[in-house]
Order: sequence, then C-alpha cells, then structure tokens
Amino acid sequence: MFFIQAIITIWQREVIRYLRDKIRIISTLFQPIMFLFIFGMGLQETLAGGNFSMDFIQFMYPGIIAINVMGVAFFSTISTVWDREFGFLKEILVAPVSRTAIVLGKVLGATTVAVLQALILLIIAPFISVNLSFIIVLKLFFSMALLAFSISCLSLLIASLMTTMESFGLLMQVLIFPMFFLSGAFFPLKNVPLWMTVLSKINPLTYGVDAFRQIILGPQVSAEVINSVALHSVSTNTLFLIIFSFIMVTIAVLTFDRNS
Amino acid sequence: MNIIEVKNLTKEFNGLTAVDQVSFNVKKGEIFGFLGPNGAGKSTVINMLSTLLAPTKGEALVNNFNILSQKNDVRKSIGLVFQDSSLDDRLTAEENLRFHAKLYQVPMADYKRRMEEVLKLVDLWDRKKDIIKIFSGGMKRRLEIARGLIHYPKMLFLDEPTLGLDPQTRNHLWEYILKLKKEQQMTIFMTTHYMNEAEYCDRIGIIDYGKIVVLDTPANLKKQVGGDIISMKGQDNQSLKKELVKRYKREVKEENGFLQLEVENGEEFMPRLFNELDNKIDSIELRKPTLDDVFLSLTGRTIRDEKGTFKDRMRGHMGIRGPK
Ligand SMILES: Nc1ncnc2c1ncn2[C@@H]1O[C@H](COP(=O)(O)OP(=O)(O)OP(=O)(O)O)[C@@H](O)[C@H]1O
Ligand SMILES: [Mg+2]
Repeated sequence: MFFIQAIITIWQREVIRYLRDKIRIISTLFQPIMFLFIFGMGLQETLAGGNFSMDFIQFMYPGIIAINVMGVAFFSTISTVWDREFGFLKEILVAPVSRTAIVLGKVLGATTVAVLQALILLIIAPFISVNLSFIIVLKLFFSMALLAFSISCLSLLIASLMTTMESFGLLMQVLIFPMFFLSGAFFPLKNVPLWMTVLSKINPLTYGVDAFRQIILGPQVSAEVINSVALHSVSTNTLFLIIFSFIMVTIAVLTFDRNS
Repeated sequence: MNIIEVKNLTKEFNGLTAVDQVSFNVKKGEIFGFLGPNGAGKSTVINMLSTLLAPTKGEALVNNFNILSQKNDVRKSIGLVFQDSSLDDRLTAEENLRFHAKLYQVPMADYKRRMEEVLKLVDLWDRKKDIIKIFSGGMKRRLEIARGLIHYPKMLFLDEPTLGLDPQTRNHLWEYILKLKKEQQMTIFMTTHYMNEAEYCDRIGIIDYGKIVVLDTPANLKKQVGGDIISMKGQDNQSLKKELVKRYKREVKEENGFLQLEVENGEEFMPRLFNELDNKIDSIELRKPTLDDVFLSLTGRTIRDEKGTFKDRMRGHMGIRGPK
C-alpha cells in the first residue's frame, strides 16, 4: 500500500512542477507548431506536383504530435540527471522507499506531462481540417500514454547510466534527432533505402507515429490513401509498444537500482 | 549503547582513497562531530552511512541495521541534511516538507502539527507558502534542517549544517540542536570545519586524508595539546626561532609568518620573554588552546579555510541550482 503511495507522491511532484511552469508549457508548444507550419507549408508546394496523395500538413500532424510526446517524455525524465547533479535526487534516494517505486513515480510523472502537453496540440486539428471524434481522442490518449511511458523508461535508463549533463549534447545528436527523423513523421517510410528501413524498425517512435497517423487520419481519408503510408496495423503497433515498454521498465528498474 | 558502529570503512574513487579504514562508534544520544579540512572524507563517510554510496571495504551498522543488507531500515532511522542544497526549488516550503513527510510515512494527522513545529523553529512559518526559488541561501539551509527533522529520526546527520548561515541563525540553530538532543534523545552526527562549532560536540573525530587522526572529547583533545600558545613575530623570525629553541629548549612551530611556542602558563611566560630575549619582537599574542591547535599539533597544518571553498560558499549563499 505504501508502495503505491510513494509512487503517487513522486508522480505528484512531477505534475506540480509541470503545471507551475507556464513558460515551459507554452514554449514546448512552439516547436511542433513551427515544424508543422514551416515544413508542412514548405513541402506541400514542392510535393503538389508529385503523386503524393495526401494533404502534407495533415500527413505530418500525427507525426508531430508523436515527436512532441517523445520529446516531452524524454526531457522530463532526463532531468533526473539535473536532480542528481543538483541535489534533489539525493533527497529521494535516501528516503525509505523502494527503488521500483521511485522509477515508476518518475516515469508515470513524465508520461502524464507528455500526454497533457500532447493533448493541447489537438486544438490545432480544426485549423488544418482534421476532424476529431471522442473515440479518436480516446484511442489516441491510450496510444500517447503507451508511447510516452516507453520513452520515459528509455530515458530513465539513459539517465541512470549518465552521471553528468555533459554528454547531453551528444545524446541529442546520436539518439534523439535520428529517432525524430527516422520515425516516419516527416516523410513516409515506404520506398526508402534498406538501412533506413532497418533503423526505423528498431525505433520505437516509428510505431507511435504509425499508430497516431492511422488513428487520426484513418476515419477521414480513403483506405487506399492511408495504406499507402501505413506500415503496420494499429494493433501491431500497440503490441510492439507494450512489449517495448515492458522490457524498458524492467531494465530501467534494474539499472536504476544498481547505479543509485 | 552504540547507535553507529563502523569497522574499517573504506571508500576508493578510481584509485583515490577518500576514506581509509575508518573505525568508530557513536553512542546513543550524543553529539558526535567530524572535524577536518576540505576533501578530508567527511561527506563520503556520511554518504556511506546513509546508504547513498556503497563502501569499497568495511562494514557499518546504523541503529543496529547493516548499511549494505538492510538499507531500507537504515533509511527509516535517519534524517539527513546534505552539504549541498537538495530542495526542489519549484515547490513551496510546505510542499517540500509534505513530500518528505509522505515518503517517510509521517501520519497525516501528525503532519500539520509537526510542520508548524519545525517551520516555527527555523523561523519560516510565515514563508511556508513561498516558492523555494525566491529563498535566500540561509533560508534554504534552515528549511532543509526543518525537513530533516519532520519525521523525528533517531539519528540525524548534519553535513556542515551552518554553512552560509549568519551568526545569529547559527546560534539559534545550535540552541535547538542541543534542545533536541536533550528532549528527544536524538543522536546527532555532524561534520564541520568550524572549530568553535566542534566544541558543542560530546566527542569529536578529527579526520584528515580519509583517516581519523584522533577521537576524544573536546576537553581531552585540548588537554592533549598541553599548554597555552604564544604566537609571535620577530623582526627576524629565523634568528628569533633559533634563540627561542636555544634558550627555552622547546619546540617552535612556524605558521603564517608567526612563531608558536607552547608553554604552561602564558600570562607569566610573556613578561619573561620580553626581559630575556635579545631578538626584537614586532607582535605577540597569547592564546589558550582551541581545537584549531589540536588540529595543528596533530597534522602540522591548520584547517586553512574556515569559510569553506569558494564553491561551498557559492552553494551556501546563493543556493546555486541547475537551469531547468
Ligand atoms: N563521487 C566522487 N567521485 C570521485 N571522487 C570523489 C567523489 N566524492 C568525493 N570524492 C573525493 O573524495 C575526497 C573526499 O571528499 P569529501 O566530499 O568526503 O570531503 P569532505 O571532507 O566532505 O570535504 P568538504 O569539507 O570540502 O566538504 C575528495 O578528494 C573528493 O575529491
Ligand atoms: Mg563535505
């Protein structure tokens, strides 16, 4: 029982911190909107001449949401390293609380923050003629939580291996940006070179983007159009993310326990 | 009865031996102090005893629990005030306390009363709704002490608790620590490099380069350095030193350009000096022994920097935190 209470306590701190930081809430919205409109509008013109069968901004929209989920989940958790360098983590580590509860509290906190932030992005939908129904939002909510959870676990795993913020720049370059760009958010992953296919297959974000896209756009474009960009069925994507989350949370708990 | 038993505790960091085969006991209800210069290994010992760091070798019991195999029981028994700030500066003072109280399973019925008690103690009761970010370094320090107490630990670790506090707050805090010791039978383990603070302790371990050089009560330690110390500067120190050694057959130490001579009765010895010495003396001072002298006599050095390193002071005063 105390195990659950400890998770809630740690989770609550993450959520309070998020809600209190209005500037972060707004600035985190800025990047996806910028991606969507600059990339989207820029490429839409270029692609208009080709045989791309979709409105490009609509095509990118679910991917941008997924990237946002990943970014927020990742950064909220990696802040554990800041906590380590500047003390607060010590306060948590010295408390008589199971290490598993600490990991779960942190990861669920980041998941909540990432989902809240992503839900705000749904406000854009009407402006780009994307119709959302209650069912869509519900399905999306579930997929977002799953993606956010798995990425937070991955991030916590990295955070427990990293001791200082110094390697952070490197991490951005070799992990985060490639995961963003090879996720299918910016261009369809059909007819790409083999190496790219391989990399995108091991990228968890790919499965999130693919699921979000089918959930959001499936109901409003023809099956033929959606199939021309979709990689797997929504249930395959979901299954992958569940398995990935499960593996990640296990490794994260073990690593965190050993390294703290 | 011992609340802490440490045997051959050792910690190495990539070849550097920060704590070297340290053994000591802390008795229930006493104030036990570690005194030593920067880098002596004080915080490392605390980190090991509080389960934050695994020792390379050796073992320790805290409240009869093993620090390696019974971590959770050790954690339940202790309260800790770290050398560096470990508050969440986005939360209010009260939220920081509540977070802590929940993790330590303080019953919510008691929480309100205890929160009021500890906040009033450190004079932060009327600031409880403020975000930590706007607190001064000293206020943060006081809040951390309040937080370390709210779960009524059996054993309280204070790692340089008064760093960055003004003298008034420092005295106030010491009054409280002494009161806690008396009323709650709380055991306190503290580190400091303020010599005058060490004198509040029942027993002091002087630690240098990871080793306990000596461990005793402040009074006994002072007895150990023997007599009063006359510290003087001559027009020509070298020649003065020679004359002192020759004439009085005593050891003369040199420290910061001052010659130090240990005598039994300084008040009577000084006039003798003026009458007998051929060398001219520029300035002279008589000091009764302090722990400073104990340290000097044991290690040949002073605890140079009473105010702590620059980094410590920055941390203490400005409460540096990472960008968020
Ligand atoms: N995590 C670490 N990695 C490597 N070396 C460390 C680590 N922590 C401490 N040390 C080293 O161990 C030694 C003892 O450090 P410690 O912090 O215990 O000293 P201290 O007595 O608390 O000093 P101060 O009065 O400055 O707080 C120092 O030489 C320090 O550089
Ligand atoms: Mg220290």
